[in-house]
Amino acid sequence: MRLIISALCLAGIATIALADERMGIVNDDLTKKECGACHMAFPAGFLPKRSWEALMGNLKDHFGEDASLSAESTAAIRDYLLANAADASGKARGFARGLAADQTPLRISELPRFKREHGTFSEATMKKVGSMSNCAGCHRGAEQGYFDDD
Amino acid sequence: MKQNIMALALVTACLALPAVAVPAVAGPRDDIVAGFAAAAKAADPAFTGFDAARGKALYESQNTASAESPSCASCHSASPLKAGKTRAGKAIDPMAVSVTPDRFTDLEKVEKWFGRNCNTVLGRECTAIEKGDFITYLSGL
Ligand code: HEC
Repeated sequence: MRLIISALCLAGIATIALADERMGIVNDDLTKKECGACHMAFPAGFLPKRSWEALMGNLKDHFGEDASLSAESTAAIRDYLLANAADASGKARGFARGLAADQTPLRISELPRFKREHGTFSEATMKKVGSMSNCAGCHRGAEQGYFDDD
Repeated sequence: MKQNIMALALVTACLALPAVAVPAVAGPRDDIVAGFAAAAKAADPAFTGFDAARGKALYESQNTASAESPSCASCHSASPLKAGKTRAGKAIDPMAVSVTPDRFTDLEKVEKWFGRNCNTVLGRECTAIEKGDFITYLSGL
């Protein structure tokens, strides 16, 4: 009996850890390195596949910056992001829920659920954080996948 | 006494060794700069060498291709001895080789960032002369 309970506990912990990882952490070294050179490597699960396709298809003009990569790196990162996107399993999860099918947001901060959870910030707060892309400016554990600290 | 002299000779020889060995093997940064020099010479036979002052002017130049990133200095900080910051708020190690010794030692990395950043800031590729000038400036601070 004790053994069964322990096994169940372990399985539970593993499931939580896995879910956490899928939602909150980039566990691909190339993606972490290349995206992380300019900003936190955002978790693939924060955007649907069509958004990642659009972003990876236009790195030459990435929000006004040329973020081009070699063809091989572009393909490898695109594959990782698509395989782990919010709707990778067919149904949209997390932030991508409630997004109309004809919408292709390029910014995570444009997602309806992101906006609902974040509201608006004072000018002083934005000045301190610098940019909406700087998750760790408020969520101290963001780079480790923790966003639940508000 | 004889032993002491032997030891002294040995120590002297060992101390002298690196001084002899260093110029023989150029570092990766020297190789990269030499590559740009060869390309510069091929493009313009009148090319005589890189110039730190021209590199400084490029680093500080204000341009119009991008409103958010008018200058190399806008991300890399006004002083190359200090850390810079991306538009998304991520810190960039100082560009001066004296502060960040592994700067410009990986050709692939060097070309990747010249490619991106010259296009973002200047709206075009940098020439081999500009790349060599830029590295020469940042290597001498
Ligand atoms: C939008 C921000 C931004 C601007 C503007 C910018 N850079 Fe950079 N640059 C970066 C980042 C980020 C890195 C990579 C991080 C690092 O090397 O520490 C980088 C790295 C580099 C590197 C590679 C350094 C190495 O160690 O190999 C070179 C070369 C470079 N930049 C040149 C330039 C030049 C030339 C300009 C101006 C024409 C410029 N950058 C403008 C953000 C920028």
